[in-house]
Amino acid sequence: MFEKSVAELGRALIAGEVSAVELARLFLERIDTHRNLNAFLDVRPEVTLAQARAADARITKGDATPLTGVPIAHKDIFVTRDFHSTASSRILKGYMSPFDATIVERLGDAGMVVLGKLNCDEFAMGSSNENSHYGNVLNPWDRSAVPGGSSGGSAAAVAARIAPAATATDTGGSIREPAAFSGITGIKPTYGRASRWGMIAFASSLDQAGIMTRSAEDAALIFNAMLGFDPKDSTSVERATEDYTRSLDLDLKGLRIGVPQEFFGEGLQADVEKAVREALAEYVKLGARLIDISLPNAALGIPVYYVIAPAECSSNLSRFDGVRYGHRAAHYTDLIDMMKKSRSEGFGPEPKRRILIGTYVLSHGYYDAYYIQAQKVRRIIADEFQRAFRECDLIAGPVTTSVAFGFGEKAADPVAMYLSDLYTVPGSLAGIPAMSIPCGFGAKNRPVGLQLMANYFDEARLLGAAHRYQQATDWHKRLPPLVQSDR
Amino acid sequence: MALTLSDVKRIAHLARIEVTDAEAGQALGQLNDIFKLIEQLQSVDTSGIEPMSHPLGGSQRLREDVASSTENREANMRNAPSQQDGLFLVPKVIE
Repeated sequence: MFEKSVAELGRALIAGEVSAVELARLFLERIDTHRNLNAFLDVRPEVTLAQARAADARITKGDATPLTGVPIAHKDIFVTRDFHSTASSRILKGYMSPFDATIVERLGDAGMVVLGKLNCDEFAMGSSNENSHYGNVLNPWDRSAVPGGSSGGSAAAVAARIAPAATATDTGGSIREPAAFSGITGIKPTYGRASRWGMIAFASSLDQAGIMTRSAEDAALIFNAMLGFDPKDSTSVERATEDYTRSLDLDLKGLRIGVPQEFFGEGLQADVEKAVREALAEYVKLGARLIDISLPNAALGIPVYYVIAPAECSSNLSRFDGVRYGHRAAHYTDLIDMMKKSRSEGFGPEPKRRILIGTYVLSHGYYDAYYIQAQKVRRIIADEFQRAFRECDLIAGPVTTSVAFGFGEKAADPVAMYLSDLYTVPGSLAGIPAMSIPCGFGAKNRPVGLQLMANYFDEARLLGAAHRYQQATDWHKRLPPLVQSDR
Repeated sequence: MALTLSDVKRIAHLARIEVTDAEAGQALGQLNDIFKLIEQLQSVDTSGIEPMSHPLGGSQRLREDVASSTENREANMRNAPSQQDGLFLVPKVIE
């Protein structure tokens, strides 16, 4: 049962083949069995089982949605009333939110049952999940490898089948990179589609919630309940709701897939390139056409990102002052000293680094040279995507330059870590929908992801193209060794 | 451009983060590496290009100027490190 997809679980629940309480117990047990992965930060069986009982009552009444009773876990960036919300930071240790994030509320309204909160990089800053105050998450495929970040707990939970689905967030690649490293499906929608209300802010002009699942079909089902206009989020887009499953039977014949040459340059490891090229060949077999495109300034995405994201982070994280909530230092001399000590003790090294960069680039005399210049180059990159989409329907390429790296390999060198987002940052800067789907294995039998990107609001076609690939291949059905031995 | 140790300390003070000399020294090297990366942007010709602050552009949406229900005070203050009579307590600011 734990290997079933969200779609299958929803059908089994409605058919009465399994109850929501049985499913909740099964996955809670799996969380416990695989607690050494360190994917979960807060689990409260009494909360989960109460939600499951309510879901069962709803199913009995005939009032179920396709998601009612299906378990899900939330990245610990979304605030929740019933579980701690920490952003994996010491500064929010034990924090209990007075409200649920809109995404949490909507999925709850659909009847999904919350298994708990998932580990991630502190304030979603990182590419390996090594920046959590609560310890590393291990990659279920190979425990000596990172699961990717920042949504590392979400990726590991779905990969290890200890949650059928998990929410995640993407600022510069925090959904796609861990999805690729952990061999699962991960998608971020167009910026503005997913409500940011109750999503602990990192870089507001980039932050976007998405979902991690086993398949594109499951992601489409969950998007139906999760996305849509939210008046509480000032950057939420006002558009009619839509059915994200409507193009799952997309005809790939004649679909134009743009392949950016810049994504296959120096730095791309041969094993990743091979798996990605084979995936592209599979698309050709399915009827798609490959078109060479160019995104000449994509590589500038990293420097742009490391101005804009730290700038916005330094502003957003100024709210943590030890006054209203969060950690307060035990000893201090006056108000300023209290704030300085509280923040210094509460934030880990990566948020501190980014706050310092951000404070500097926003400071008097440097604002135009750094922040405004970065925003201008951001537009150059976004415009290049628009030019590319005149020639193609989707863009495809690698998600990462390599398969998952080992713990400690990049942790001491921030710049090396930042460069692991080379292929994911451009799509985040443009604000377009983008996803990663499993497309094979590379060195040390670690998973490889194929990146697919679409133009604004074209999620349904993006999911359709991914679904068709997943119907023709079985990479997304492969199980990590530790899950195989659970059977 | 390279930062100095006193730059790091000044920025840390502005950001309200306490740093020891050892931490500032370590941060200095890392920040300068990061600024080397960022410096690439200075050579890009951006004349005539509008800064992009939101992927979809448009103006800030404003809500109707009407009162909305507020969360209750007790729940909102539950996480306060120090409070009394519904107020947040901080070290004395005005003598």
